[in-house]
Amino acid sequence: MAGLRLQGVAPLGLDPIDLDLAAGERVFISGPSGSGKSLLLRAVADLDPCPGEVWLNGTARSALPAPQWRRQVALLPAEAHWWADSVGEHLPGECESLLTDLGFGPETLGWAISRLSTGERQRLALARVLANRPAALLLDEATANLDPPNRDRVEALVEGYRAEHAAAVLWVSHDPEQRERLGGRRLMIQARRLVPEP
Amino acid sequence: MTLIHLTPFDLTLAAGLVLLLAGLSWRLHLGVERRLLIAALRSAVQLSLIGYVLHALFAATNPGFIALMALVMLAFAGWEALSRQKHRFVGAWGYGIGTLSMFLSSFSVLILTLAVIIGVEPWYQPQYLIPLLGMLLGNTMSGVALALDNLTRDAWNARGRIEARLILGETWDCAISGIRRDALRAGLIPIVNAMATAGVVSLPGMMTGQILAGSPPIEAAKYQLLVMFVISAGTGLGATAAVWLGSRRLFDERQRLRLDRLRPPQGQG
Repeated sequence: MAGLRLQGVAPLGLDPIDLDLAAGERVFISGPSGSGKSLLLRAVADLDPCPGEVWLNGTARSALPAPQWRRQVALLPAEAHWWADSVGEHLPGECESLLTDLGFGPETLGWAISRLSTGERQRLALARVLANRPAALLLDEATANLDPPNRDRVEALVEGYRAEHAAAVLWVSHDPEQRERLGGRRLMIQARRLVPEP
Repeated sequence: MTLIHLTPFDLTLAAGLVLLLAGLSWRLHLGVERRLLIAALRSAVQLSLIGYVLHALFAATNPGFIALMALVMLAFAGWEALSRQKHRFVGAWGYGIGTLSMFLSSFSVLILTLAVIIGVEPWYQPQYLIPLLGMLLGNTMSGVALALDNLTRDAWNARGRIEARLILGETWDCAISGIRRDALRAGLIPIVNAMATAGVVSLPGMMTGQILAGSPPIEAAKYQLLVMFVISAGTGLGATAAVWLGSRRLFDERQRLRLDRLRPPQGQG
């Protein structure tokens, strides 16, 4: 079966979660801060030890080497970290069209990380993730620091990628208008459990 | 030229200088007089004891006793290396990684030096083995402790950067490579500096000792050179082993960064 499937995934502080995302489906998750949304995404990306199993298009996470899994089920953390000095060192070769979609020119690759604004970092982190061509996306507050035009760019890029690659998208968003605007299934964390948003 | 024997009176005079320093510390409120006196007392007791132990050991040349002595030295070195690290690995790993690395490097370099380079007969003759092991362990311990301390501290502080690379599908090996290189470099810098300044800024302790004991300076210099070379090899091997084992331990079988395997830093020190 295609898509992303969670079974009994229990990050710290949450009850075991069962969740099915069809290929190309987007599901929003909201909930108070500290409720475990980010931990859930980290658990799916296999960054924290955590009980439960996850399948991507029928392949179990435990059947794949961790780096391969993380390339296919890509996490965009709320805060992007950079390990080298320039933008280009963090991105693979052919990513000009991604940069263009996010409002950057090719000269961006030479920019120093230290002079990027928070919003620029957030958009470039998305480019970095999408350049790997993942089959599923785990987005943690992907538009939290963006002005409306850039927020629209990111939303359009994610939606376009989802449609083109039939990628399942699990999206943690604090913004009720965004969840309303983009539609689709909406879940929230309440009392340690993942329940439909009323 | 013969060795002038030191009398208890000579040592008492030298100890008087330490007392003077302690008095100065008390007068100027430096607050180190207690620690200074305890350290001086410790060194007096430890060195006297080791003098007697070595005296007995040299007389016997019993491989069993020598092995026991070597293991005791290793055990102390492991403990000292551990106490110099802020973010230790929890459990037996904290002691084990440093001690195993020192064991592998110091003992292999030691045996090579004794059996092949110097050609001592039998190779475990304690008069050569124990002092050489002492110098090897002492330096390897500093290198291993520095390298591990750097590795764990940097990994602790760079969690976001390491995980950013893991998230993009890099292997643990790749994600920690820069930190590992820096840690190894930190472990090697003291011995490199020591070699670079030897004889110009400072006369190394062993050479000084041999000269005081009546050896011709040229012979003493040759021995010192040999010792520095094998020490740097031992330190390099030890630090490499420690950094490799330590960095491996920072990740689990699913290549997750496991900072929970480190103890949070405690207090100041």
